Amino acid sequence: MALIEISNLHVSVEGKEILKGIDLFINAGEVHAIMGPNGSGKSTLSYVLSGREGYEVTQGSISLSGEDLLAMEPDARARAGIFLAFQYPLEIPGVATSTFLKTALNAKRRAQGLDEIDAMEFLNLVKGKMKELEISTDMIKRPLNVGFSGGEKKRAEVLQMSLLEPQFAILDETDSGLDIDALKVVSDGVNALRGPERSFLVITHYQRLLNYIVPDFVHVLVGGRIVESGGKELAEMLEAEGYARFENTKAA
Amino acid sequence: MAATQQTIAAVQETEKYKYGWQTEIESDLAPKGLSEDIVRFISAKKEDPEWMLEWRLKAYKMWLTQADQEPSWAKLDFPKIDYQDAYYYAAPKLGDAPESLDEVDPKLRETYDKLGIPLLEQEMLAGVAVDAVFDSVSVATTYKKKLNEMGVIFCSISEAIKEHPDLVKKYMGTVVPYSDNFFATLNSAVFTDGSFVYIPKGLRCPMELSTYFRINEKNTGQFERTLIIADEGSHVSYLEGCTAPQRDENQLHAAVVELIALDDAEIKYSTVQNWYPGDENGKGGIYNFVTKRAACRGKNSKVTWTQVETGSAITWKYPSCILQGDNSVGEFYSVAITNNHQQADTGTKMIHLGKNTRSKIIAKGISAGQSNSTYRGLVRIQPKADGARNFTQCDSLLIGNKCGAHTVPYIESRNPTALTEHEATTSKISDDQMFYCQQRGMNPEEAVSLIVNGFCKEVLQTLPMEFAVEAQKLVGISLEGSVG
Ligand SMILES: Nc1ncnc2c1ncn2[C@@H]1O[C@H](COP(=O)(O)OP(=O)(O)OP(=O)(O)O)[C@@H](O)[C@H]1O
Ligand SMILES: [Mg+2]
Repeated sequence: MALIEISNLHVSVEGKEILKGIDLFINAGEVHAIMGPNGSGKSTLSYVLSGREGYEVTQGSISLSGEDLLAMEPDARARAGIFLAFQYPLEIPGVATSTFLKTALNAKRRAQGLDEIDAMEFLNLVKGKMKELEISTDMIKRPLNVGFSGGEKKRAEVLQMSLLEPQFAILDETDSGLDIDALKVVSDGVNALRGPERSFLVITHYQRLLNYIVPDFVHVLVGGRIVESGGKELAEMLEAEGYARFENTKAA
Repeated sequence: MAATQQTIAAVQETEKYKYGWQTEIESDLAPKGLSEDIVRFISAKKEDPEWMLEWRLKAYKMWLTQADQEPSWAKLDFPKIDYQDAYYYAAPKLGDAPESLDEVDPKLRETYDKLGIPLLEQEMLAGVAVDAVFDSVSVATTYKKKLNEMGVIFCSISEAIKEHPDLVKKYMGTVVPYSDNFFATLNSAVFTDGSFVYIPKGLRCPMELSTYFRINEKNTGQFERTLIIADEGSHVSYLEGCTAPQRDENQLHAAVVELIALDDAEIKYSTVQNWYPGDENGKGGIYNFVTKRAACRGKNSKVTWTQVETGSAITWKYPSCILQGDNSVGEFYSVAITNNHQQADTGTKMIHLGKNTRSKIIAKGISAGQSNSTYRGLVRIQPKADGARNFTQCDSLLIGNKCGAHTVPYIESRNPTALTEHEATTSKISDDQMFYCQQRGMNPEEAVSLIVNGFCKEVLQTLPMEFAVEAQKLVGISLEGSVG
């Protein structure tokens, strides 16, 4: 049994079919990359996995370790180990980043039957992670994502991920908006989390990211379908050729 | 009359039982209803001096002439209150007044413990002195001795009337006269307890002063009256917390609070109001009609009101500042949360009289369920208030689409050199924010609580530390059930 099993997944948004039959199995420990043109349905897939409202599954199924993921509320999915690094992270005015992180961490700990984390222990933990991700510690006092630059928001997403240590993390264009140095730092952060129990779905437009986070599989999503799957060399080919040769498939 | 005398006799009888309260605490009740006899009964119970009784009677007579004229301008909807169907005096039967904490009824102590009120001396480290009011009688005043040594007077108003009549006579009713409004007049006639604070010249009171009011007796109105005087150059922070047990009946609460700040003095008055709001169908709950007003009488004086209003079925409350002294400052920070069928009509009045007076109003209203919340505020700049400044910001947050938020600002400027600024926003908690929080593992209620706390932050951070934490939790609790 794979960690994540997506079978014949059809999804509509406001009556319009966006995903048209996705099959994707992700085993524990694997890193899968998804590439595809704008509007092909990549973020839609990430939202369906994480349970956002407004995405209607008309056919097919998704399971997490054999359990019906679609039957779970978004917060239950998160506590079961699903994490989404948002393409466009939300601002939460007035809520200090540290407060947000602590609330999220404690929600997870509670689900695991653990006590709330001690305040000092939490600070040390977060500060350690921030250092690894080269994030200035001032940031934890600021309201989450409010006034953060594009790159800072993306780093904050990765900070949350490394704190929550999810079983399955979806990174939706976490590389866009990052400068070259940040790309390296963030990739290191992701790589540090790689392990036999943890899986990733990395959505990106750029092969460059995949030089740092080397995927086990690359899938090409066009027009709501996976039109080709392969190893990391597929990403290199796409970088050189673009999506032109899939245009026919898309029309079909 | 006979009934009243019987009650008095019965009360005197039961008061002999010093330890008659091992089980439930019984109450010492005046008969139901309001009459001159009841006013006299209360006055006698409080051992009022003659002048106090006269004041009460004047108020009562005035109230009689307007007994049909409850204020009706607020955006509140409630059935007519039958003032003859309530008790105006209820005291726990305690025997003689306790000399020290050890003598306080353990049952009461237990209740306060449940409320988390630090009554015990060992909690002195927390820096909180509590004047606890159980129904109408002040049962314990902590740290009084210590404060006394510094010249601070912190006691129940009844005690102040007896022990410090000159101060009380000089200041009581000078900010909120008994004729002020319907509910203040009623309070003036029947008030039973409340706190009195006097801070001597030049002293920064080294601890937060705090009163917990608790309505415990069925069908009792609570009419407390608080008077705080900060003498020249002094400084005090006072916290009032309220909570009431669940009852199906509506209970009336009509308090009066008067603050007086003399030259260079500063008073910070914080309220966390969590009276029983009624059930999810709107049954029961406290009717909270409160008159709170501060006089910034001296130059450079300052008063800050902070209120977190989460409870009560109905809240009618406008803590105000009369800025008489030149350069005096008034501030009002408010969070009002309504859920289910609660109604709140709350705000402030800033009356600028002196030169270069400044006021700041930050009001955050959160409505959920089928509730209604109104901000009503008045900024008045009088002709002599050269250079007066006001800044007002009112933000409303709606949860769901059956609730309402209303903003009614009045600005009256009679001085061309004055500047007023008003900003207002109305927003909803976005689905995207909710999803984002839930994606991080928070359940919907936690998510709402977090987002709302963020929305209120500017106000909550003006509360003393230990109460800010409590208020944050309350915000979450009071919005329970507001998201599906
Ligand atoms: N709420 C919505 N209402 C209508 N159409 C929507 C909605 N959400 C998504 N879509 C449409 O679904 C399609 C897929 O969008 P999605 O965001 O999944 O694309 P993507 O592959 O992530 O693109 P990009 O690379 O630009 O991020 C797009 O055509 C988009 O306009
Ligand atoms: Mg996208």
